[in-house]
Amino acid sequence: MTGSERPEPPPGASSVYTYAVMLPSPGHEARAGGLRGVAGRRVRLVDASGLVVAVSDVPAEEFTEDALKRRLEDLDWLERVARAHNAVVEALSAEAVVLPLRLATVHFDDDSLRVHMAEQRCAFAELLARLDGHVEWGVKVYATGGSEAPPAPGPEAPGAGPGRAYLQRRRQQRRSREGAWEAAAGLGERIDRELAGVVADRRHHRPQSGQLSQGPGQNVVNAAYLVPRDRAEEFRARVEELAAGTAGVRVEVTGPWAPYSFAVPPEPAGSPSAGGAGGAAGESGAPYGGGAVEAGPR
Amino acid sequence: MNTPVPYGTPSHDVGAREPGAEPLAGRQVALIDLLDRLLAGGVVLTGDLTLCIADVELVRVSLRALITSVEAAMPAALPD
Repeated sequence: MTGSERPEPPPGASSVYTYAVMLPSPGHEARAGGLRGVAGRRVRLVDASGLVVAVSDVPAEEFTEDALKRRLEDLDWLERVARAHNAVVEALSAEAVVLPLRLATVHFDDDSLRVHMAEQRCAFAELLARLDGHVEWGVKVYATGGSEAPPAPGPEAPGAGPGRAYLQRRRQQRRSREGAWEAAAGLGERIDRELAGVVADRRHHRPQSGQLSQGPGQNVVNAAYLVPRDRAEEFRARVEELAAGTAGVRVEVTGPWAPYSFAVPPEPAGSPSAGGAGGAAGESGAPYGGGAVEAGPR
Repeated sequence: MNTPVPYGTPSHDVGAREPGAEPLAGRQVALIDLLDRLLAGGVVLTGDLTLCIADVELVRVSLRALITSVEAAMPAALPD
C-alpha cells in the first residue's frame, strides 16, 4: 500500500478525531453533550453501521502525519491529548462499557470514518459484547528489597579484612535484589492463580522504566486485568491482601480503566514480544492465553 | 449495584467536564499508565478500501485515515 501525499489542509479545516465506539443508547447523547476533549473541542456522536462513535472536530493541520510525528515526541502535547482522550472515554463509560480507540486516530471526515467502521463493525460489536459489564484494573509489582542501604556489617570470618567484608555485603545486596525481583515476579504469578476465578482476562504490558516511571523499586510486573464490574472492589482488595503478605515488593493498583488493554488481541504466547515479568516467564501456564500488549506492526 | 467511582479520571484536566459540573473525586492518573494503554491499547480503526464489504456501498473518495503510535507511523493510503 503506497502512501499518497495529501496537500496541506487549508487553514481552518478540521479532521475527525475519534475517542471510542459504543452501542447506541440515549444516555450517551446526554453525556456527550457538553463534553469537551482534545484541543478543547466539543464531543459529538456519529452513527456508523449500527454503532456510535464519539468524535471531535480538531484542527486538521495539527493532525497531519507530519504534525503528528513531531508532536508525538513533545511530551507536553502528548500528555494533554492523552488526558483529554481518556477523560472523554471515562465520561462516556459511566453509562455502559465503551470500546476505547487508540490515541490519535484521525479521519478526514465522517464519511471516511463510516467506511472504516463498516469494515470492522462485526469485530467491534463482538468486542463490546465481550467487554460489557467489565472494567480494567492495572496491577504493577515493583521489587524494592535490596535497594535500601547495605545491611550493617555482620560477623565476619576470622581474619577477614575490610575489603572482603565489603565484597560480602555487596554480594548480600545483590542476592537480596535478585530475591526481591523473584518475589515480585512470584507475586504476579500468585495473583494470576489466586484470582483466576474473579478475572475474565489478563494482559501484560512492558515493565515500566525510564523518565516517566515512578519509583520506588524496579517494575517487574505490569499487568492489566479484565474484571466484572461487580467484583472489581473484591479483586482490588484481594490483590492488596496478597501484596501485604509478600516482603520486598511494592504493588500499585490503578483504575478502574476503560478496557484499553483488552481491545487488542493477545500476542501469541512464546512470541519474542510476549511480555510479563521481564520475559516470557509470565506466560507459561497463563490461564487465559493472554500476552503482552505491543504497539507492533499490524 | 454499586459501580466503582472511576478514579482513573483526573480531577483537574483540561478535559471533558462541563463547566459548573462537580469535580470528580480521585487522584491524577500517571502519564506512563495512560500511555501504556493509549499507545499500545485501544482498538485500531483503519481501513483498506479495496476490501469488499458486504452491504456497504463504497463511495469513491480521496481520504486519508491516520493511525499512529510512538513507535511507528503507519499511514493507511486510500485510493484516489
